[in-house]
Amino acid sequence: MVLTQTKTDLDLVAHLLRRAGYGADTAEIERYSLKSYNNIVDDLVNPERFPDIEDDLLGRFYPHIAANKDNPGVWNGRWIYRMINSQRPLEEKMTLFWHGVLATGWTKSEHSPSMVNHIQMLRENCLANFRTILLELSKDPAMIFWLDNNENHGQSINENYGREILELFSMGIGNYTEDDIKNAARAFTGWTFKQPLPLYPFGHFEAKFIYREDDHDNGEKEFLGHKGNFNGEDIINIIAQQEATARFVSRHLYNFFVEDEPQVPAWSIQPPNNPDAIQTMVDAWFESDADIRHVVSVMLKSDFFKEARMKKVKSPTEFVANVLKVSGDYRYPEPGLEVFEGTLIAMGQKLMDPPSVEGWHTGKEWVDGGTLTERVNFAVETLNDASKPGLRTIIDKIRNMDTPITPEKFVDSILESLCRLDVSDDTRDTLIAHAYETGDLKFGSEIEIQNSEERILQIVALAVSAREYQFE
Amino acid sequence: MATNGTNGTNGKHKDPVLVVVQLSGGNDFMNTLIPYVDGIYYDSRPLVGIPEDKVLPINDRIAFHPCAAPLRDLYNEGKVAIIQGIGYENSSRSHFRAMDIWHTCEPETIATEGWLAKVIREIDPDGQNPVTAVNFGRGLPRALAAPNVTATSVGDLDNYGLMSSIEIQQEREQNLDIFKRMYTPAVGSGQVMEYLGQTGRDVLKGADILAVAPQKYKSNVEYANNPIAKSLRDVARVHTAGLGTRIFYTNHLGYDHHAQEVPTHAKLLTELSEAIRDFMQDLRDHNAADEVTILVFTEFGRRIKDNGSGTDHGSGGGAFMIGEKVKGGLYSEYPPLERSEWLNDEDLKHTIDFRGIYGTILEQWMGLDPVPIVGGTFEQIQPYVETPTAA
Repeated sequence: MVLTQTKTDLDLVAHLLRRAGYGADTAEIERYSLKSYNNIVDDLVNPERFPDIEDDLLGRFYPHIAANKDNPGVWNGRWIYRMINSQRPLEEKMTLFWHGVLATGWTKSEHSPSMVNHIQMLRENCLANFRTILLELSKDPAMIFWLDNNENHGQSINENYGREILELFSMGIGNYTEDDIKNAARAFTGWTFKQPLPLYPFGHFEAKFIYREDDHDNGEKEFLGHKGNFNGEDIINIIAQQEATARFVSRHLYNFFVEDEPQVPAWSIQPPNNPDAIQTMVDAWFESDADIRHVVSVMLKSDFFKEARMKKVKSPTEFVANVLKVSGDYRYPEPGLEVFEGTLIAMGQKLMDPPSVEGWHTGKEWVDGGTLTERVNFAVETLNDASKPGLRTIIDKIRNMDTPITPEKFVDSILESLCRLDVSDDTRDTLIAHAYETGDLKFGSEIEIQNSEERILQIVALAVSAREYQFE
Repeated sequence: MATNGTNGTNGKHKDPVLVVVQLSGGNDFMNTLIPYVDGIYYDSRPLVGIPEDKVLPINDRIAFHPCAAPLRDLYNEGKVAIIQGIGYENSSRSHFRAMDIWHTCEPETIATEGWLAKVIREIDPDGQNPVTAVNFGRGLPRALAAPNVTATSVGDLDNYGLMSSIEIQQEREQNLDIFKRMYTPAVGSGQVMEYLGQTGRDVLKGADILAVAPQKYKSNVEYANNPIAKSLRDVARVHTAGLGTRIFYTNHLGYDHHAQEVPTHAKLLTELSEAIRDFMQDLRDHNAADEVTILVFTEFGRRIKDNGSGTDHGSGGGAFMIGEKVKGGLYSEYPPLERSEWLNDEDLKHTIDFRGIYGTILEQWMGLDPVPIVGGTFEQIQPYVETPTAA
């Protein structure tokens, strides 16, 4: 395909799709590039412009009892399917973002329907006003059980949710007192859920939020300098107006989309890498009254975002999705997706089951000897078969090049096919030097074709094993 | 080298080894070591209190949780030092922050160097042995992390190594050779890129070393099928292979008992104490127990009063030191239970600083100067019948 009307630089599009999505193949990058950069971002932050995944169709390949929601492994895989196939890439990326910040896990509840609904709740509200997000979160049965708000009673408070909504979900430590925590907890008394059916014999069914007026503490509360007979909504409204909240959530967005920051516990002490960028996002927060869609849009259109190349270590989920984008596996509904649960566990990120309410440590902490081994081995094993559609495309593109197909030409073509991977000169030289040992690629005889395909796959395997492929 | 023990291969005495077992989530000390004759305990914990007729007493005041029988047996053998009331001033109630404090010994500031990473730096200053410290689990704990310090983290000991799916050995070796070249240090590549390079090179080296452990290991001990038992079995496999590992790290998850504490805590304590019993037996069978100290710790204890279903984050926890050379018994003081002594009117006071216990292990067991590692001088205990220094 010859592109004459490209409006946005292909490298910039690839950068945007790595961050605001899960990478892209060459055809996708070229298709997006036909629009101006700001129009691409507008499409991404308005996912409702594009059709959703046909989840029912996918579900036919995963028939399980209990409303098809009994197995978290299946749902890990089905989420990966969405990541690599959705026409709304930012929606899936924002869902993962909130899953890391508003971390809720399956281990405690062992109740998959509520966890599946929890992720769907994050998806549906991922670009909403922050108040809406906290309100839906506070009414979410998985979260209520995870942080024990069903044990938070008018007569005896359980302050777990009151603490974490402030410390981890909105403001960050150091911006409120222990009394604020207790009063927040009091305001959320009576926010609980009910089970529609007993567990046996049919298994888990969706738990439903209920508000028990008779278990709510109706006394006066003092919270962050405000006084009144507050309920949960009032607490959320006060939280959303705090500058600390705007800063904390903006820093989370920056850390997830732009550049790795120090780990969250350091934030009360270490200033952001780029204070001006955070201030830009905080301003966007207040000019839109806490509209996440607006804050994200401002961030993605900023120069600090456009310039932040290779500044983030890929999370395991991003890594797996990126590799599957290259291989072309699972582009249509088929069975087998549950295998990715184990893959992700081995790399240190079990979806729908973060290690604790603090979510995952990010950035370079994703990588140690063990997880690096898992990443390299997964990529090499996944990209080993020339009949996979994504690899077929890479091979065919090289095969159609003008001869001679020199090592430089085909190594560069491979790097371009890996969502325009930018490697150091040393890495590129190493790959080209290795390719030179067996010379130009030839596609004359059957033997030549087979040899050339194997050599292409070897360079693909080595390129995704390179350090640079761990970054985005 | 700052070690006192001689080389592990001369057969006389072996280099001291530390095995850390982290209980994540905040283990409930009061329900692990139960003050079973104290009315305040039962008054404060109408729901999660363990009835007097169920507990496993070790004296007329204190008893083990009913599910910790294997640990009580080791205690009766004189192999378990119980450190009561371990903690620090202004104990943090945040899991994240509290764990960071225990990992870095820095309660006031955010530190980037783990205490055990500093130990690795002392033991192996040139980073010659990538398995000087081995973590079993996903991700390296902060305690083992510091710039330019190597620690190996193993998820699956039986399948550890790069590009293991490539069946043709010659092709795999060729790929690993190119991998090595792509991971060589490059000037100006940036700190994280260089960290990845170092990690990749260490994996190549560590995988070669660790590959022998599963092959060499034979044992009659049958560990249970749960994560902590598997991790301690992996520790035994690597330790008995004699690869020069001095620090092992494992993590037992799930101690955050805000709700449903009674059944979940019982399950965890059963898993933990059985795993430790089996591990000790395994080491004894291999004549590899004398050089090992196990440290079991958690990031904080829990509130004195229960919340009607579980207990909320508190302070004043407890720790265990276990080993052949440990002088069993109770150390420090059980935090006072009288209401007037409650911290913030709801918490146990701490009675000994955790940095003193780290210091005890570092100085008396590992033969290292604890001051630069734990950041000061703290009260130590005397929990060893014999130390490598004296041997």
